[in-house]
Amino acid sequence: MQHEPSLTEPVTLPTQRAAGCPFDPPAGLAELREQRPLTRMTYPDGHVGWLATGYPAVRAILGDPRFSSRYELLHYPFPGGPEGPLPPAPVGDMTGMDAPEHTRYRRLLMGKFTVRRMRQLTDRVEEITAEHLDALEHRGPGADLVKAFARPIPALVICELLGVPYADRDRFQGHADTIMSMDAPPEEGYAAMAALQEYMAHLVAAKRADPSDDLLGDLACDSDLTDEELIGIGAFLLAAGLDTTANMIAHGTFALLTNPAQAEALRTDPDLAPRAVEELMRYLTVAPTTVRSALEDVEVEGQMIKAGESVTISLEAANRDRERFPDPDVLDLHRKATGHLGFGHGIHQCLGQQLARVELMVALPALLGRFPTLRLDVPADEVPLRTNMNIYGVHRLPVTWDED
Amino acid sequence: MDVRVDRDRCIGAGMCALTAPEIFDQDEDEGLVVLLNTRPPQERRAAVRIAAGACPAAVITLTEQDTSTAP
Repeated sequence: MQHEPSLTEPVTLPTQRAAGCPFDPPAGLAELREQRPLTRMTYPDGHVGWLATGYPAVRAILGDPRFSSRYELLHYPFPGGPEGPLPPAPVGDMTGMDAPEHTRYRRLLMGKFTVRRMRQLTDRVEEITAEHLDALEHRGPGADLVKAFARPIPALVICELLGVPYADRDRFQGHADTIMSMDAPPEEGYAAMAALQEYMAHLVAAKRADPSDDLLGDLACDSDLTDEELIGIGAFLLAAGLDTTANMIAHGTFALLTNPAQAEALRTDPDLAPRAVEELMRYLTVAPTTVRSALEDVEVEGQMIKAGESVTISLEAANRDRERFPDPDVLDLHRKATGHLGFGHGIHQCLGQQLARVELMVALPALLGRFPTLRLDVPADEVPLRTNMNIYGVHRLPVTWDED
Repeated sequence: MDVRVDRDRCIGAGMCALTAPEIFDQDEDEGLVVLLNTRPPQERRAAVRIAAGACPAAVITLTEQDTSTAP
């Protein structure tokens, strides 16, 4: 008779997605969430901490200031990371900071990413989107949608918003990709970060000398930020803006093309877009995992997390919690998905979320509308998945369509 | 229903302004929550409850007891 593992025995983080299920979290997370939504977990460096997969536990921890985001207190949950806690956040990387350091940066930036300001960008996002659709149409059927559509649109938008010349993209895009890769050894990641900061240093010097009418130009003349801080913030915002929405556009398109009834619903009803975007954020959760560390002993859902213990937060598992979202594994664009954790929760919830919403609300319906016969050009199981990246999605999305 | 917000802890995520724009806004410069109506009318209360629940920093407090004075 097989020995049943005890429900209190530490688990390791499931990372393997089941074959043929590119939209579902790694197999094993669902079972953990049903049986032990907050459980002990052994980290690759030997640390014994926790893994949260249930919606209530995840939300409680992310909303609780007794859990820290400081990198130097966190153990890395994936194999191949550094031994022991991570190095502290570089200057300007506010995701690795707590209050009051985080508060200072967030307050400087949040007025620049409001609902209203981001909506004012709608016309420009529509224009950029239309240009890319025109180019696709002009070249005729068949394209890698990642390269021709999903990546350039958010890249152009974040470059214009920050005041980074898009023409320089060969000087920063590769470094940003390395930073997001889980395959790259830690030292390569740090080297890429240094290279990105070097690029940003030149740009910041130029903005200081001749402030331009954009976000970095504003910060260069209107804030008390040091050069080092401005460089760090610039690198952080650029890296964040390049990779996140791009993956939502590509993976969202992949999900819609494999759920044709849902694609049709969005194509025929533009008013569905806001709801569709929330549901795609929930269903795909392309930023699937984050980590916190307890600053003191904290009781969560009846269990005592001790000071110093890391908690791996599975946002993707929590977004499939059936107690919160009925039929969670079904993509249903009519669902009210508000309250999903696709942008995170707590004080670190995505700063650029209102920009992402605008980009997704524009790009996805426009794509479906322009190419009503859009379909995958390879079998779904041949689409290369970003299982090795911090932001999930697809590396390429070969699509085609019928010419009129 | 009585609505209060704690601007000191607001992180400007914009969930309230997105969910219940008749009741919440964000100020132009800082992005902090601006409460447009502390006593939302009946037809807006469901949205206000969703906004309060969705606030990532939990800065929206609702008191539900009043039934008489609100329009």
